[in-house]
Amino acid sequence: MSALVALPVLLPLLGAGLALTLSKRPRAQRVVSTFVLTIVVVIAALLVYEADRNGPQTVWVGAWPEPLGISLVADRLSSLMLLVSAVVTLAVLVYSIGQGMTSDGRDTPVSIYHPTFLVLSAGVANAFLAGDLFNLFVSFEILLFASYVLLTLGGTSARIRAGTIYVVVNMLSSMLFLISVAAVYAATGTVNLAQLSLRLGELPEAVSLVLQLMLLTTFCIKAAVFPLSLWLPDSYPTAPAPVTAVFAGLLTKVGVYAILRAQSLLFPDSPLTDLLLVAAMLTMLVGVLGAIAQSDIKRMLSFTLVSHIGYMIFGVGLATIEGYSGAIVYVVHHITIQAALFLVVGLVERRGGSTSLLKLGGLARLSPLLAVLFFVPAMNLAGIPPMSGFLGKVGLVDAGIQVATPLAYVLVASSVLTSLLTLYAVAKTWNLAFWRTPEQAHEAALAIREMESEDAAPLPNAPARPHRDDSPAATATLTTRDIDEARRIADADDDTDQDMYQLMEQDALPTRLPRLMVGAASGLIAASLALTIAAGPLFAYTDRTAADLIDRDTYISSVLPQDAR
Amino acid sequence: MNANVALILTAAGLIGCGVYLLLERSLTRVLVGLVLISNGVNVLFLVSAGKAGTTPIVGVGAEGEMSDPLPQALVLTAIVITLGTTAFLLAMAYRSWQLTGHDDVQDDIEDAAIRDLAAADETSDSFDLSLLHTNDTERNDDTDSETDTSKGPSR
Repeated sequence: MSALVALPVLLPLLGAGLALTLSKRPRAQRVVSTFVLTIVVVIAALLVYEADRNGPQTVWVGAWPEPLGISLVADRLSSLMLLVSAVVTLAVLVYSIGQGMTSDGRDTPVSIYHPTFLVLSAGVANAFLAGDLFNLFVSFEILLFASYVLLTLGGTSARIRAGTIYVVVNMLSSMLFLISVAAVYAATGTVNLAQLSLRLGELPEAVSLVLQLMLLTTFCIKAAVFPLSLWLPDSYPTAPAPVTAVFAGLLTKVGVYAILRAQSLLFPDSPLTDLLLVAAMLTMLVGVLGAIAQSDIKRMLSFTLVSHIGYMIFGVGLATIEGYSGAIVYVVHHITIQAALFLVVGLVERRGGSTSLLKLGGLARLSPLLAVLFFVPAMNLAGIPPMSGFLGKVGLVDAGIQVATPLAYVLVASSVLTSLLTLYAVAKTWNLAFWRTPEQAHEAALAIREMESEDAAPLPNAPARPHRDDSPAATATLTTRDIDEARRIADADDDTDQDMYQLMEQDALPTRLPRLMVGAASGLIAASLALTIAAGPLFAYTDRTAADLIDRDTYISSVLPQDAR
Repeated sequence: MNANVALILTAAGLIGCGVYLLLERSLTRVLVGLVLISNGVNVLFLVSAGKAGTTPIVGVGAEGEMSDPLPQALVLTAIVITLGTTAFLLAMAYRSWQLTGHDDVQDDIEDAAIRDLAAADETSDSFDLSLLHTNDTERNDDTDSETDTSKGPSR
């Protein structure tokens, strides 16, 4: 069975190559990518079963002698993450196929989209399976590179602006990761996680603390933990809906997974748990306060994404079986729900012509199905019983109370507060976008515009001014037809200033939503509801996973037989 | 393990200059900064390999005197990855110049919009949307609740 371990990485990569050669035949591309991802879901399910029954599955790539080569390990944690991420990727792929078939296709250039998407899923799978630090770095790079391409699809000015920040921040964090890998190697002479877990404990405390801090900083940038989270709400919302969904669902969770792995396997007696707990608290509160201030649904969701990362870090910071278990359940819940919400927002954008709360209104009457599709995951995110968000939060709160330190109680209180504020944020969105009538939205938008023009004198309203002198004279002489063309395309892609009421008056909005998009979104929502029903087995599984994480020996002995240490 | 101080200082210099350039607004300078940092990091890997020795090929040198080949393999991978990312960033800088005439990293428009809304809220005490509908007394009641929420983002 351990031969299966490499397939979730290999198959998407091979599929990406195949899809690239088929770039002239979009239909064949769709078949290839859907087929590959379906197989990956099946394999991931098999791996979950196998890891749960027979312990971690290990593959040494390239048949090097054992501690030297690259190892891929599927233990309970890795294979569960793999399964959830594969299901979400598949759903998002189906959704984007539905979107691509009905739109004009310029937003998502089909010929690159599918191969890049497959590379992204290979990178995510490799990150979950990586058995050594450098392989983890490489998988981060694989998924990041794919994400750079997906984020800047089409090269419109908004996406280039957002992509700049995203690429630079992530390159910087990659450099930090490389420095940490070099330092770890200098200190221990290995990058294999199992070997590291044995050798890091023998280092002087100060050295291992430095290594831990460097690794945690890197992973916290990827996971968007508070002081290092500011890049996320700036860059995610501009991407196309399916891209944002898969980023929000998976990329930050890869960071959370890396933190969990490092904390449990490499630094089990970590003195930094208190630091993590404080960071978790700040992430939850600052994130949700940001979400309340937003006037765009996508940005609101990006902030709740940051905020709810705090819950997972809370569980990791507790460093008990219950804490780890709660964090893993929360990751599973949050991957599905956050991706589902972004998919639904994509539908809202299609139906209402915008995602700005200043322009939307009356969607509940216009499209009751869409209203249900938004309402259920939104309430789930806020943690209304009996949905999975509630169960995940109860698990974490319970774990916090069992630890019973003052800091843990503070964390419990702030997690409950965050849950309430999340409810406020999504309820506000619901009221504005779904409950009021489009006429009311139109009047409010007009009133705001009037007020802004009155205040224009004391408030020069000039957002996004370039800081160096923008010299139109210099560029005017250089202007060629290409540049004109590029600017025209970019301008055409920007949102119109009309709100939903005006668009409705002009009959510019589609009245029917593509069936495939609705199907994919509701499939994910159904999966998140199924988590409630499967909560018993899920919690039992994550408890076993957390026990493995605390014990460490299962992982180490399955990767390294006694004589290879 | 003997660390090579000259290499460490080189790496520190490269990374320091890189960080300085990274703080600039122009994407091209940011890119040069990132390239410098990555070169510094690659030098750090050589430090982590320990003392330089003979070529690490079995049969060429004595086994105890070989240099460590693993960090070199890691550096090669890192160089290739940096090359790809650099090319991508260059393309983005060019695209940014095509679209805007410069390659400065820009502020977030939405952030600025929310800042403006908040500032408008603070400067005008009389900011109350319901006042705009006073001639329409019949609807005043239900617009009250609605204006509250539409004011939400500015708080």
